[in-house]
Amino acid sequence: MTIDWVHFTPWSSLAGGALIGLAATLFILLSGRIAGISGVIGGLLRPAKGDVLWRVAFIAGLVIAPVLFQAAFEQPDIDVEASTLTLIAAGVLVGIGTRYGSGCTSGHGVCGLSRRSPRSLVATAVFMASGFLTVFVIRHLLG
Amino acid sequence: MKLLSAFIAGLVFGLGLILSGMADPSKVIAFLDLAGPWDPSLAFVMGGAIAVGSVGFYFASKRSRAVLGDVMRMPTATRIDRPLVLGSLAFGAGWGLAGYCPGPAVATLLSGRSEPLIFVLAMLAGMALYEMQTRFSGKPQ
Repeated sequence: MTIDWVHFTPWSSLAGGALIGLAATLFILLSGRIAGISGVIGGLLRPAKGDVLWRVAFIAGLVIAPVLFQAAFEQPDIDVEASTLTLIAAGVLVGIGTRYGSGCTSGHGVCGLSRRSPRSLVATAVFMASGFLTVFVIRHLLG
Repeated sequence: MKLLSAFIAGLVFGLGLILSGMADPSKVIAFLDLAGPWDPSLAFVMGGAIAVGSVGFYFASKRSRAVLGDVMRMPTATRIDRPLVLGSLAFGAGWGLAGYCPGPAVATLLSGRSEPLIFVLAMLAGMALYEMQTRFSGKPQ
């Protein structure tokens, strides 16, 4: 294994991670809810009275964040290699998978591991392994 | 206040995603590509998030109500079952395919690029399939 020292950003990634942890902390302490993005969005497809607006407010904050960041600092690098067809396949898999699996990187990976949930530990280990394997197949076996 | 709390949580979450570099799918894939030139940054994002989150969830676990008065909606499921494992397998495959998980894709919807929009629409379609399937089979979730 070789480390890509040029692109490795330990400090900004650690600081950004700490902000994500702070967001999850604020949300569970203030609102009593899990800041799991797939759960917040998925709940909108099952609208219930009094259960919609907070989801919209959370997503609004999430969507506005890069606009503020860009105004204050710089435009973040975004580089997408996937084709349109791959994006569609990936989106469908992520949509179905996170709902059956009850969470994604935020709900299981951040919140679940923070509260030491064995269920989330299994989910995180499985989606990480699946992600490693998928990239290996695409980049090194097929590519 | 409750809406403001949700908005601020989303905002801070989004700022963290951008600062951490995780809004960039190529950086996520560089972490998932163990056999290529490996970028360990994502592990640092998780480390920072869990370090801070552990403190928050420790205090949250001691409370029966949230600060703003709502009940604590701490997840209650504990069973490690087939939907959890198969769902996570599918999620990981989709994550590896494009380098997007739900947070970064939604956060960059206003970036002017088409990729997050295409991904999020497909993701909503996937979530809708789940809703249809669970309603049809009559299983409460």
